[in-house]
Amino acid sequence: MAVQSVWEQTAPGRTPATLLPKEDEPPAKLSLRPALAVFSASRTGLLGVGLVVFILLFCFVGPLLYHTNQLAGNLSNVNLAPSAHHLLGTDSQGFDVLGRLMVAGQSSIEIGLAVAAVATSFGVIYGAISGFLGGVVDAVFMRIIDTILSIPTIFLFIYLATAFKPTIWLLIIVLSALSWLNPARLVRGEALSLRRREFVDAARVMGSPKHKLVLRHIVPNTLGTVIVNATFQVADAILILATLAFFGFGLPPPAATWGGMLSSGINYIYDGYWWEIYPTGAIIVLTVLAFNFIGDALRDALDVRLQVR
Amino acid sequence: MTSFVLRRLLQAVVVMLGVTLLVFILEHILPGNLAREILGIRASAIEVRAFDRQNGLDEPIVVQYWRYLVDLVHGNLGHSYRLNESVRSVLAQDLPKSLIIVAPALVIAVLIAVPLGIVQAVRRNTIVDHATTGASFVLYAMPSFWLGMILIIVFADKLGWFPVEAPQGTSIGAVLADPRALVLPCLTVMLVSIAFFSRYMRSAAIEALAQDYIRTARAKGLPQRLVLARHLVRNALGPVITLVGLSLPTVITAGLVSEYLFNYPGAGLAYWNAAVNQDYPVELGITLAIGLATVLGNLLADLAYAALDPRVSFGSPAGD
Repeated sequence: MAVQSVWEQTAPGRTPATLLPKEDEPPAKLSLRPALAVFSASRTGLLGVGLVVFILLFCFVGPLLYHTNQLAGNLSNVNLAPSAHHLLGTDSQGFDVLGRLMVAGQSSIEIGLAVAAVATSFGVIYGAISGFLGGVVDAVFMRIIDTILSIPTIFLFIYLATAFKPTIWLLIIVLSALSWLNPARLVRGEALSLRRREFVDAARVMGSPKHKLVLRHIVPNTLGTVIVNATFQVADAILILATLAFFGFGLPPPAATWGGMLSSGINYIYDGYWWEIYPTGAIIVLTVLAFNFIGDALRDALDVRLQVR
Repeated sequence: MTSFVLRRLLQAVVVMLGVTLLVFILEHILPGNLAREILGIRASAIEVRAFDRQNGLDEPIVVQYWRYLVDLVHGNLGHSYRLNESVRSVLAQDLPKSLIIVAPALVIAVLIAVPLGIVQAVRRNTIVDHATTGASFVLYAMPSFWLGMILIIVFADKLGWFPVEAPQGTSIGAVLADPRALVLPCLTVMLVSIAFFSRYMRSAAIEALAQDYIRTARAKGLPQRLVLARHLVRNALGPVITLVGLSLPTVITAGLVSEYLFNYPGAGLAYWNAAVNQDYPVELGITLAIGLATVLGNLLADLAYAALDPRVSFGSPAGD
């Protein structure tokens, strides 16, 4: 829990001013501390971190404490209301809903994080090259992005999912292949202005090769934007995954998915089996909200204008 | 201005070609063999070859793409072997019905989200702002199908105000004859769009409020009402036009979900049915139509924005 301890150092009770570097100290080069101060002053940001920690514990530690069988259904225990034995009841296959929420969350979060990492890495390099080189390369690179952006992701995704049998790896690859566009556009925008800056010129005059200019000087300076965007991407990937699974094109059984749980819950929408509909939707909303909260707070934290309040 | 319009038009043409190329590639990365798929596994090699010859599948890939483009220009989108119907007639039947749901939802969403975003920005950090921003945050985080399910439970099952199922008529007249049944599908798309728009609208308005011209307007003693009406609204409206263009994929996705959920026979449901039946021509035809519509929507949005705000067409000489 290294992450948590960092946040604890800058608890919301402390005023941000005390955390700014003192005047007699030499100014820090990369000022992470004021960024942290702004972040921790954001209640929603801290709430987001808390929620993510809770959801991670729920999905990955929960099944160790709350044992359920999520591989073989039990047809004699179908659609049971919540009770001491099944805290959130059972679904139409006799699976324990609470246990299934935990297990299904694992794949959602794993895929969401992996997609954010892969898509961001690729998008950053693509965008940096496009913005740095400019001209014809930039025009071609950007039209490729426009083309893919014109088609709603879910349509491409359903098409690919009907053509190929979804596995966790295929989902990561395809979702990443459709999610790198935003980071690429953001980074390209920054690279366009960065490439005209003096430190880039200085490096160029000193004979730095192009790939080094991009990797050492352009990319590191876009990291703020990139990190913020990556946070939102985790949320978006989780939402798309859920939608896909709801349509029946997610991971095939016996894998549990949040979208799949809602897709079977919808059959009992008039039977009052609320435990098959509300908890699953709520945990998706909480997860997506949590990552969005963190992203928003990070954006404020990395925005220099807000640090010098 | 003229050079901006020309450049933007050229871009749109290039992107449209890109969309056709992408769809063409998608068609050709399918595993298996189209002839086998249609003729069945018992077809002989000769029959397969005859099919390939007949449908031009034995030509070089570049020639196939060219033919595909020529067909497109003639309005030929391919043939659905499952429905034994041309893709064009499937689209002609289903796309207008999707518009009945999506278009009003989009219009109402803009009419609600724009004032909402401005109110949020003006009353920033008050209870009004927190409550409405929180609500749109939650809506944004909600999977649209779950939102639709809740609407069904509350408004159709518990309160009984609206029917559960969307109108099932095949003709547009029959669909419109039952407006009550259109409310919930429309509402689903609308709520998703409001969440999407108001988030941007709020930050656009906050940004506009911080501009010098607002300060000048206040400094010369203009009442708040006039500052908002004359200076803020006009300047904050520009981005909305772009936003509507950019939101098309999101709105269309919400439409797909809504049609599936309420069993509404539009293009979204047709797409889902095609996906389940592995009816690739219909899937690709709908994908292509949506892709082209999005490019056109973005083009129109950019042109409208440029017409309204001269800074757009004269700025960024490098082009974007």
